[in-house]
Formats: sequence, C-alpha cells, structure tokens
Amino acid sequence: MAEVKLFRTWSSPFALRIVWALEVKGIEYEMIYEDLSNKSSMLLQYNPVYKKVPVLLHKGKPISESLVILEYIEETWKSKTPSLLPEDPYQRAMARFWAKFGDDKILPLIWEAFIKQGKDQEEALVAVQENLKYLEVELRGKKFLGGDAVRFADLAFGCLANLVSVFEEVTGVTLIDREKFPLLLTWMQNFMDAPKIRDTWPPRDKLITKFRALRETLIVKEPK
Amino acid sequence: MANTSSTHDVKVLGAWPSPFVIRARIALNIKSVEYEFLAETPGSKSQLLLQSNPVHKKIPVLIHRGKPIAESLVIVQYIDEVWSSGPSILPSDPYDRAIARFWAAYVDDKFFPSLRPIKSAQGEEKAALVKQVNEGLVLLEEAFQKSSKGKAFFGGDRIGYLDVAFGSMLGWLRATEKMGEVKLLDEAKTPGLVQWAESFCADGAVKGLIPDTEKIVEFAKLIAARMKGSGSS
Repeated sequence: MAEVKLFRTWSSPFALRIVWALEVKGIEYEMIYEDLSNKSSMLLQYNPVYKKVPVLLHKGKPISESLVILEYIEETWKSKTPSLLPEDPYQRAMARFWAKFGDDKILPLIWEAFIKQGKDQEEALVAVQENLKYLEVELRGKKFLGGDAVRFADLAFGCLANLVSVFEEVTGVTLIDREKFPLLLTWMQNFMDAPKIRDTWPPRDKLITKFRALRETLIVKEPK
Repeated sequence: MANTSSTHDVKVLGAWPSPFVIRARIALNIKSVEYEFLAETPGSKSQLLLQSNPVHKKIPVLIHRGKPIAESLVIVQYIDEVWSSGPSILPSDPYDRAIARFWAAYVDDKFFPSLRPIKSAQGEEKAALVKQVNEGLVLLEEAFQKSSKGKAFFGGDRIGYLDVAFGSMLGWLRATEKMGEVKLLDEAKTPGLVQWAESFCADGAVKGLIPDTEKIVEFAKLIAARMKGSGSS
C-alpha cells in the first residue's frame, strides 16, 4: 500500500498543483482518479467539509485544500529537494501572498471572463488584465516566480500555462495579450515545458471539449 | 535574532473593527513584539496603505524594517517565523499545522462570508445564512474537540494559529447575534466553543483587542448609514 495517495480528477488544476509538487520533489505516490459526478465513499470520508479534490492521504491521514497540501508536503519531506519555499521569512511571505492572490483574484476573475459574454465579458477581461499586471511586474528579471526554477508561486499559477489557451479557444477571446504581457506569456511557455511538469498536462482536446460543454451550460446571459 | 525591536521597526496599518487586523496584533502580542499601530481613517485610505498594499489596498499591512506584508494569515505566519524564539503560533507537527491551516482557510473562505451578511439579511435569505453559520460552528466545535485534546485552546495550553484566525472573529460574531437577533454560539450545540471564546478573550495576548459588542454594533450602523447616504456602495 502506497504511503502517499493523491485523490484527483483528470482535469482539476488544483489537483495538478499537488502532482507537480510531488513530481518536482521526487516523492512516490499513488494517483486515485475521482469522478466528481459520482464521488467515492473514500473522498467523502477524507474531505467531508468540501467533498472536493485534491486530497492527499499520507499514512492514512487526509489533507485537503491545495495550498495547505503544498505547505504540508514542503514541511513533511524536508530532505527532498528542491524546497518549494525559500528560507527567508519575507520571501516566504511573498510566495504565499502571490499564491493567495492567484486564488482570490486572478483565477476567479478569469472564470468570470470565461462564463460571461458581450459587455459583461469585456468588463471582466479588463479586471483580469488589471490584476495580471502585478504578475507581469513580478516576473521582471526572473525566469519563474520562484526565481531560476519552479517554486511555490509558480505551482499556484501553473494552471494558467495550459488553461488560458483552452479558454481563449473556447471563447474566441484573447485573455492574455502578447504585447501587454510578454513576460507572463514567456513564463507560461517555460512552465509548460519545465522538467517534471511537461509530462503532466491533461490532453488538450479533452479539455477543449470539457470547457466548451461547461461554458454552454454556465454561460451568463447579458441582462437585456 | 533579538526578540525585541524598537517600535518604529514594526508597524501595523489597520483599524480597530477589522478582525483581520486583530489577527496581526494578537500574533505580535504572543511574541511580545512592540509595534506602532497606524490607524486608518474609516472611509479613506492613507498614502502609506496604498503604497504598501497596492494590489489589494486593504488592511492589515505589517511593515517590518520598511518591508510591507499583506494578507492577515500570511502576516501571522511571517510573525511566527521571524520571531522564532518566542512562543510558537503554528503547531510543530506538520499534520497539526495542516489541520490548523485548513480550518483557518475555512474561516476565511466559508465561515466569515456567511456570517457577515446576516446582520442586514431578512426572511429566507437570513434563515439560510444562519443555518450555514450554525453548521460551520458545529464543524468548528468538532475541530476544537480534536485539536484541543481537552485543553483550553485549539492550540492546546496556549493560543495558536487557529485560535487567532477564528477568535479574531468573536467581536463580529457577537455583534451579529445582537444585530441579527439570533443566537449563534450556543452552550447546547457548541459547548466547547462557548468556553473557548471566554478563555480566548481573556488571554493576555488578546485582551483589549476584541472590541465591545456595542462598539461594533454602533460602527456597523454608521457604515450602513454612510452607504445609504452616499447612494453608492
């Protein structure tokens, strides 16, 4: 029985964060795929509060919430390099700040832009781009948010590397403009191709199908 | 690293009603760190705030040796790590830390957002929100029983991360009970938390920081009136 198990779905970007952390640190684990329309009794037992993925099971004890799991992995496998967080408390605080900014602002705003249309979508796009500016600045002089290599904040934003182009294809709208966000686009490409990361991406065509269908059901009609 | 610092080394930008600001102050108190409290004027944002937290333009901001840190739980962890020779805020065991972080995030992501609107909600909407908060309190009671292991606090003998994250909300919890005319913390349903709330507010690091219920009620009325008066939110 594997000491480390990860409950995930084939497409969940939050679960992918954990896959990346485990892969980057070379921790052995077993993947358990969930179907969220038919949740396993194990998932419901291990994450009764949210009933979501990812859940990390370590020596039989479950941990939920992706950023909490990342910190747990970092603290539990201290000897497994690379460290996902820097040593310096201020740098650590910055990494945590950016990760939270991603979850609280960037990802929800991108989602808004995805499920809206017309003028509502335009407004949502403006909000996305206003906030992406901070990331663009943060990337100055750095290959990754973590510096020379993929670290905590990169894992937090990593899903942008594949999902942005999926969203753009499904909506027909540009989310991240090459001229306004050259550093961000370069970062996305670097993250996409990074060792240990590059083999983990869910199949693109499957993602297009999924998000196309999702947009159709969720699309917020413009108020008349 | 010295455990003491001159007051101008550590500043907190904040306001007395904010539970998030209270978190930062309790954490500094736990570590016996002296700091300068720079109160923001309600309804306006100082230049210093806009400069120190340009991304969110919100309080609290901790400024340590001129460097700003925002987001209350990020600040609390920073304080724990910088003043490492003082009493620990997060537990030492990684699993216990994960549990504390999980529930602190729950307070922010689920609990507080359902608590906040109760005071001005009505009818069915209010009932639904109250139900959500009560369910949340039952979960937190369970978490308390597991985490405290019979001691006074989530952190055991001393207040810790989750005590700070959740306890900072007590002023607003009580004010919401008053304004919403609803009982939330209930001896019958959440006896552990009722006892814990008393112990928490009496703790040396917390004393004086949880505002009087009346003061918060007055403040909430002031904000509501201001919003109505200005015609915009």
